[in-house]
Amino acid sequence: MTEFLSPVLGWLPQTIQFLIVTLIQIGIIILGVTLAVAYLTYAERKVIGYMQVRLGPNRVGPKGLLQPIADVVKLMFKEIITPAVANRVIFYAAPIIILLAAYVAWAVIPFDDGWVIADVNAGLLYVLAVGAAGVYGVILAGWASNSKYALLGGMRSAAHKVAYELAMGFALVGVLMASNSLNLGEIVRGQSGSILHWYWLPLLPMFAVYFISGVAETNRAPFDIAEGESEIVAGFHVEYSGMGFALFMLAEYANMILISALTALLFLGGWLSPFQGTFLEPAFALVPGIVWFLLKIAFLLFLFLWFRATFPRYRYDQIMRLGWKVFIPVTVLWIFVEGVFVYFKLGPWFS
Amino acid sequence: MSFEKILFYILASITVITALRVITVKNPVHAALFLVLTFFSTAMIWILLEAEFLGIVLILVYVGAVMVLFLFVVMMIDVNMAPMREGFIRNLPVGVFVALVMIIELALVVGPSVFGLQSYPAPAPAPAGTNNTLALGQVLYTDFVYAFEIAAFILLVAIVAAIALSQRRRSDAKYQDAAAQAKVRREDRLRIVSMPAVKAVVESAEAVQSPEGGEKKA
Repeated sequence: MTEFLSPVLGWLPQTIQFLIVTLIQIGIIILGVTLAVAYLTYAERKVIGYMQVRLGPNRVGPKGLLQPIADVVKLMFKEIITPAVANRVIFYAAPIIILLAAYVAWAVIPFDDGWVIADVNAGLLYVLAVGAAGVYGVILAGWASNSKYALLGGMRSAAHKVAYELAMGFALVGVLMASNSLNLGEIVRGQSGSILHWYWLPLLPMFAVYFISGVAETNRAPFDIAEGESEIVAGFHVEYSGMGFALFMLAEYANMILISALTALLFLGGWLSPFQGTFLEPAFALVPGIVWFLLKIAFLLFLFLWFRATFPRYRYDQIMRLGWKVFIPVTVLWIFVEGVFVYFKLGPWFS
Repeated sequence: MSFEKILFYILASITVITALRVITVKNPVHAALFLVLTFFSTAMIWILLEAEFLGIVLILVYVGAVMVLFLFVVMMIDVNMAPMREGFIRNLPVGVFVALVMIIELALVVGPSVFGLQSYPAPAPAPAGTNNTLALGQVLYTDFVYAFEIAAFILLVAIVAAIALSQRRRSDAKYQDAAAQAKVRREDRLRIVSMPAVKAVVESAEAVQSPEGGEKKA
């Protein structure tokens, strides 16, 4: 990108050039993610609609394609209501915190070989840390609303996020052991070879645990107890209207995309072609890596929607049981198994 | 003044101010949030010192796990601050004395005479491409492996002990056995009765419609 803009910016000092290029990159990612979120809501309604033999949105624009824009306009013009005795500062800060966390993590996501804003060594830890900061949005929204349903939602979410974050962290330890690196680009490069070299195969239990925990972390059905419309109305965001509510929705969908991107990077070979190492490789040689990456993200996002259309909501105690008593032991056990694999340099993965 | 220095002074002042606010603010939830901000700016300072692994781990562990549980507890208990402030004036001299002694001790132990630039000159900046996650791991698992593993083991024992001490099983509460729930077969819950099909005979329209004379003939 720097080379691309050098005829325009060449006369500026090096630092200013760097700043401008980074700002442009950030702008592209924010715009891209926001647009993806808008059309993910559309895709969700369409996909679930077809799964339930309905049509989904089909009135605004051709095939309902302008529906997300209509939704945004509607939410922007709605009145913002602050509940009585709510803690105003925290009440308005909460949706901003949660949105910030959902966007900031994109800084270390490589879209193709070297297409990353900040190629930091501890990228994986950075993603985990930013995700951890996002928990505050939900808890603070629940507390600051001064409403019992919101508080219950916040409490539930605090408890279940801590449980699933642990399982996710252990799953990442597995990836770390396989790749010997915390840098997301290095992790993807470690998977090159063929579709069987990707980490989903040697880390199959971790892959399942990571993705399911990701669904839980983003408060998506069937783990959406923090919202739980049927029990606690809408949980932590029950008191939010207009843009406050829109920011929560935006963050939820941005987090879904982020979790899908991370799963694609860590377990499904990121930007690598699935035909690598087969006779089909030359036929697809011209396809840029980012296309494969986006296709993998799209597939995982479809799974998110599919889960929502298929499963009924978990009961709260069942969620805690699944997190603490099933996922964490499974991942810990697999770390031991993987240790044995690494010791004996098993297969193409640990050599 | 270099950019790093400006950044350091900004972050350091945020750290100090928020740390002060933790103990001066009235609302315990606000205090917890100020503590979170203190951790954040401390982590930023560490990253500025090229210790990015430690900085990120600080956020991950303290902000992501410890403070979430802290907030969880603080939000649930309704702390009434008025009785806590009662003895403030009476206890003030003792508090000030203890604080002063601690500051003097700290200054003696880690003050400029011991940790000043004379005894520890500023290290040369690490060359580009230094992986300090790798460096930390190598030191931790070679030179200090016993200390590290023993510390981990003591923590594990502490966790087990804390759970064992605080666990009590109430006899008046109802527990669910998830394994038993999952093991249930159809035969345990459901009995299919085979009944001969009988043609329903409706004698008159009133007998069916009247609410009190609800003797529907099967």
